[in-house]
Amino acid sequence: MSPLLEIKELTTVFDTNRGRIKAVDNVSLSLRQGETLGVVGESGCGKTMLALSIMRLLPPNGSIIKGAVKFQGQDLLNLSAEEMRSKRGGDIAMIFQEPMTSLNPVIRIGEQIAEAIRLHQKLPAKEALALSIEQLREVGIPEPERRARDYPHQLSGGMRQRVMIAMAMSCHPKLLLADEPTTALDVTIQAQILELIGELKKKNNMAVILITHDLGVIAQTADNVAVMYAGKIVEKSPVDEIFARPLHPYTIGLIDSLPDGGGGRGEKYLKTIAGSVPGLYDLTPGCRFRERCSWSFDQCAVAEPELKEIATGHFTACWKTQQKY
Amino acid sequence: MMSNPLVDIQKLDKKYSLPGGLLNSGERILHAVNGVDLQIRKKETLGLVGESGCGKSTLARLIARLEKPTSGVIRFQGVDINTYDKEALKAYRRNVQLIFQDPYSSLNPRKSAAVIIREPLVIHGIGNRNSRRQAVLDLMEKVGLSAEQANRYPHEFSGGQRQRIGIARALILKPELIIADEPVSALDVSIQAQILNLLKDLKEEFGLTYLFVSHDLNVIRHMSDRIAVMYLGQVVELAETKDIYNSPLHPYTQMLLSAVPSYDPQKKKSRAAIKGEARIQSVQGCIFQNRCLYKLPLCQERQPLLKKIDEERFCACHLAGAIK
Repeated sequence: MSPLLEIKELTTVFDTNRGRIKAVDNVSLSLRQGETLGVVGESGCGKTMLALSIMRLLPPNGSIIKGAVKFQGQDLLNLSAEEMRSKRGGDIAMIFQEPMTSLNPVIRIGEQIAEAIRLHQKLPAKEALALSIEQLREVGIPEPERRARDYPHQLSGGMRQRVMIAMAMSCHPKLLLADEPTTALDVTIQAQILELIGELKKKNNMAVILITHDLGVIAQTADNVAVMYAGKIVEKSPVDEIFARPLHPYTIGLIDSLPDGGGGRGEKYLKTIAGSVPGLYDLTPGCRFRERCSWSFDQCAVAEPELKEIATGHFTACWKTQQKY
Repeated sequence: MMSNPLVDIQKLDKKYSLPGGLLNSGERILHAVNGVDLQIRKKETLGLVGESGCGKSTLARLIARLEKPTSGVIRFQGVDINTYDKEALKAYRRNVQLIFQDPYSSLNPRKSAAVIIREPLVIHGIGNRNSRRQAVLDLMEKVGLSAEQANRYPHEFSGGQRQRIGIARALILKPELIIADEPVSALDVSIQAQILNLLKDLKEEFGLTYLFVSHDLNVIRHMSDRIAVMYLGQVVELAETKDIYNSPLHPYTQMLLSAVPSYDPQKKKSRAAIKGEARIQSVQGCIFQNRCLYKLPLCQERQPLLKKIDEERFCACHLAGAIK
């Protein structure tokens, strides 16, 4: 079966007054229908810019200089602005971390969803509004007829995220990009929202790219995982495999530094990754993790390792690991 | 009862009045901290956990005396902190220090690291120029900053390093009690682990007592000796860390723990039982009744009080002990 989404060598740069940086560096990924891909990494690793590149919603100083984003075989990067607009919110939808900033504060939520529906389907306003109430019911908002007349500020954070999801789902997208959808929410609300996304995914056979810094969220929801570090994917694998047998020293370090993960439970001290993420301005040749890595050797300073398949479906970009296997 | 606690909180209440709406002139009352009894023992880490709006930060601010309670008593080393005169209050401020969540907004951007760390010494008139300088450098080393960084400004540091500055500032007056309000919530995992380790080291070295406030159940488990779980202004469960995690008694604690995503993909949790949001719906009875799976008629009538289950365990639920 051909993949729903196929990203090839995607490279996104930003021009700043300190020079040009590669926020997304030669990223290749693919996603089947109905699959959840978790993209995990720390702040500044490029995971959000990857999503915005797929949506072609980059800030003005950002541009894609290389690669392809094939959605159902069609390269999104070749679409006209008009064509891309109809893809967004149609076949591909996106939800963000902070729903308050993505909703219009002065329009009732029912109307906001109806507006999204009418952008993609020719429908009378009344029918669109009725559909939007249906959508609200679908995402578990109690008394949707009444809530549709609320303004965003009248809802709790969890309810606002449900509204965002209702809006995203209103045109039955085939792909949902969720960028830290539960980071701003309390843990019991997070559990409910993840459950909801899971249900909608199953019901609509939708693919999801879930971007998060939270490895617990990844473990519970993703089928496959891509770990990003300083703009690059350093490891890619099915979810069970990556937690059972992480291969890249950065992934190992991340899992070990969790208070309740491999390293933390019952131990007095947590394992840590020395140092911090390198600035993208002063990248030197070679592996970008080598300064923090206890495995590094001569080769790591010479050239940058590329992703290589070590076990079935399990890729890692590390010279040491590749040497071992 | 154990030996005298460092902090003894009795029936603490804090109410805020919210402005009424446009047409509703009636004042609304937000009961942020509602009848809290809690003791912080010398040299322990007491974890305070709960979701947003549960009152954990308000409680921390009341203990730090950044705010005054509506009613109730906070005793520090046996003395009611509300009866302090000016001198005693100043000594209290020396003894109780805060570490905040956001190292970006809690450091003055126009002062260098050394000046920020030194400032409490200046305010309290401790030492002279040379001894202060030495104290700052010693402490910078202890929190993992180098002497060359002394003259740099907050924007030149990473998030983790800024939190180290905040910690050094809190420690320079040699306090007894550190109130850490979400100290690692703004940091990435790999940096978070560094700061948590540092806090553990410093506690041992300086013989500190921590009130550790966090919404993160994994972090709080790692750091705390005992844990108080708060919900809508009340402490609903208080116990030793292992008991909270191994056999939580309160239905809210149970819900909270089952909501934490496990790092093991094999252990997919059922989240079906997690419902509702933290909102006060009825003034009568238990605050958790609208989300509780075990609600009884009694729960709508009478508010359960925090009662002793055994030596170190307290729970505010009519059914405490009966629910697995």
